[in-house]
Amino acid sequence: MNLIQKEVEKCDCLSGFFIIMSMAGGTGSGLGAFVTQNLQDHYSNSLKMNQIIWPYGTGEVIVQNYNSILTLSHLYRSSDALLVHENDAVHKICAKLMNIKQISFTDINQVLAHQLGSVFQPTYSMEGSYHYRRNPLGELMENLVPHPEFKMLGIRNIPQMSENSLAYSTFTWAGLLKHLRQMLISNSKMEEGIDWQVRPPLSGLPTLGKVSLNRELHFNTSIANLVILRGKDVHSADLGGFKDPALYTSWLAPVNAFNVWKTQRAFSKYEKSAALVSNSQFLLKPLDTIVGKAWNMFASKAYIHQYTKFGIEEEDFLDSFTLLEQVVASYCNL
Amino acid sequence: MTQSVVVQVGQCGNQIGCCFWDLALREHAAVNQKGIYDEAISSFFRNVDTRVVGDGGNISKGKICSLKARAVLIDMEEGVVNEILQGPLRDVFDSKQLITDISGSGNNWAVGHKVFGRLYQEQILEKLRKSAEHCDCLQCFFIIHSMGGGTGSGLGTFLLKVLEDEFPEVYRFVTSIYPSGEDDVITSPYNSILAMKELNEHADCVLPIDNQSLFDIISKIDLMVNSGKLGTAIKPKSLVTSSAGALKKQHQKPFDAMNNIVANLLLNLTSSARFEGSLNMDLNEISMNLVPFPQLHYLVSSLTPLYTLADVNIPTRRLDQMFSDAFSKDHQLIRADPKHSLYLACALMVRGNVQVSDLRRNIERLKPSLQFISWNQEGWKTSLCSVPPVGHSHSLLALANNTCVKPTFMELRERFMRLYKKKAHLHHYLQIEGMEESCFMEAVSSLSTLIEEYNQLDATRSMPVEDLPRLSVAV
Repeated sequence: MNLIQKEVEKCDCLSGFFIIMSMAGGTGSGLGAFVTQNLQDHYSNSLKMNQIIWPYGTGEVIVQNYNSILTLSHLYRSSDALLVHENDAVHKICAKLMNIKQISFTDINQVLAHQLGSVFQPTYSMEGSYHYRRNPLGELMENLVPHPEFKMLGIRNIPQMSENSLAYSTFTWAGLLKHLRQMLISNSKMEEGIDWQVRPPLSGLPTLGKVSLNRELHFNTSIANLVILRGKDVHSADLGGFKDPALYTSWLAPVNAFNVWKTQRAFSKYEKSAALVSNSQFLLKPLDTIVGKAWNMFASKAYIHQYTKFGIEEEDFLDSFTLLEQVVASYCNL
Repeated sequence: MTQSVVVQVGQCGNQIGCCFWDLALREHAAVNQKGIYDEAISSFFRNVDTRVVGDGGNISKGKICSLKARAVLIDMEEGVVNEILQGPLRDVFDSKQLITDISGSGNNWAVGHKVFGRLYQEQILEKLRKSAEHCDCLQCFFIIHSMGGGTGSGLGTFLLKVLEDEFPEVYRFVTSIYPSGEDDVITSPYNSILAMKELNEHADCVLPIDNQSLFDIISKIDLMVNSGKLGTAIKPKSLVTSSAGALKKQHQKPFDAMNNIVANLLLNLTSSARFEGSLNMDLNEISMNLVPFPQLHYLVSSLTPLYTLADVNIPTRRLDQMFSDAFSKDHQLIRADPKHSLYLACALMVRGNVQVSDLRRNIERLKPSLQFISWNQEGWKTSLCSVPPVGHSHSLLALANNTCVKPTFMELRERFMRLYKKKAHLHHYLQIEGMEESCFMEAVSSLSTLIEEYNQLDATRSMPVEDLPRLSVAV
């Protein structure tokens, strides 16, 4: 905490903290959750966003599901927003879109850094203004996390491609936004393999009541979305598609649920690029899967002795499960 | 970085230990070109200024002055340790790190455990404490011994209790050489079963190895080397059995080649903790991920590749072959067939120029042919270390917590019962103070409990996988 304090003192105006950590390991997940709790206690007025790395479905750490549920449940209590990066998704982006043959963690981390940069690099504060947004973190939280029960945010961005392919491509805002919108609706993690059959439910029809998770959730309902556009002619981009009330829950009107940030300045090597930060059902399935696997393992009591050795009891596990089942149910019923 | 102390007990333990230190020095010499004492070396070696008399003289940074192994050598007969001290490695060991006696334990677990245990307890404690004091952050004790003899088996396991009491937070990794079918020690079943009880209760992790498997691996290598089938020659130094720079057909000492395999195992196990990599795995992670229940801590290990061909380009096919080989029963260091038994957990520790995508591709490829227990369908733990072993461009160590250890234990129990029913050789044990028939009965029952646990897990194989009902919450 002393180190953090020194850094805080150097700031003119602290808007908040980014805590970058993984969920599967021990230090990142456990100590990360602990630090977040401490930040909550000591800097209760500052915002905290945790960037968490969702582990690969298989083969990183055997007890990753336990570590993940313990981390998520603790973070849900002390963090303001959880921005999730999924290893599996980023890996596929490297393989399919970037055409990298032997993918290393450096490659994966570069894609992640690109995603973060496309969101948090400066943007103009208003249409036509030349002043930069003062508090991107604060505005992002304000826009995207209207209710403390719903804290899980996902990122999608286009385009993503290798240098070689870039030379042969041109982009239009209309094309980019159409793809991005369909990625949102069909819960696609990248620009390839988008399911164009998925459509928003017709407005006027009542939203379905309790949707059981066994049914494939085709349509991804959003609570709030933020689109960030960077590049030439950004003022000509038409975002009508994102303002359709059918995309959102009934308790937030699109004018509040949808926001856009723009800047003329291109990002990285892309003449035009768009990023989407979404509080929606993006993470419902991964969360449900992790909770299910952890529950199965917990039922057989495997590895529990390793945790009780250090002070985490079975009740702590049960508390975590309860909290996360609640989150799953809430997102399910949007 | 953390340090580990190696405790080698008995003839077998010390001979393996000798090979281990030789290999460790060679590995660090290959990696550390500048001769600076760095954190990687400090995990197994101390840097000592030999001009200083007495205990001082530990140098923590700067150029390497004189390296001393973090080891304690224990043997109840002098032959082996004396040979080490007269050989090329004599400067690596501190004379204060040895405990020896004259006559040995006579292949009798009771002599090793009860008689010498009591006699040398204070000395052992003192040497262990000394070696621990030399460490900034001691993480693990590696105990190397055999199960069939007297000293390694008896005194080696006596040590475990001492370590558990004195250093409860330090991990105890035990490399145990189990007796093969045709073993030269008649009482080895007794010694092994009595030792097993101690391993069950006091070890954190056991890596069982048996001589027959090591011998089979050597035969396989020799066949490949001598057959001339290979178009190109095998790279010297790359044999997992090689102890000196050159390719030898005749091994210098018997057991040398086999001991080198075990030495390689220990080095690969600790590589991720010593060298850098994109996905590190420390020793405590091994225990955490591979031991789902405290008693089931027996890990079957396999090392690949056994040799590297001299051509430099390694197509992906060869890399994939390395992964496939790790699961074949010919590469396991104990007689076991993990592919046809049930996996509780599996760790893949990769060294060298391998990326995460290669790892994932191979896991996906091999997963369908392996059976994992229902609650751990994705029970893989992986690590990537960038520094390959000497002579290779990449290598893989697979550690499996698998029910295939069960046959070894059952066979051991059978051999024990055959002797015990006739009360053969029992009087040698019972005449030692502190030994009674109940010791034998307890040991067998401890082993039987273990076997039963494995049986129960195996029984779940045929049961359909059911997802248990989850907690339901009111919305």
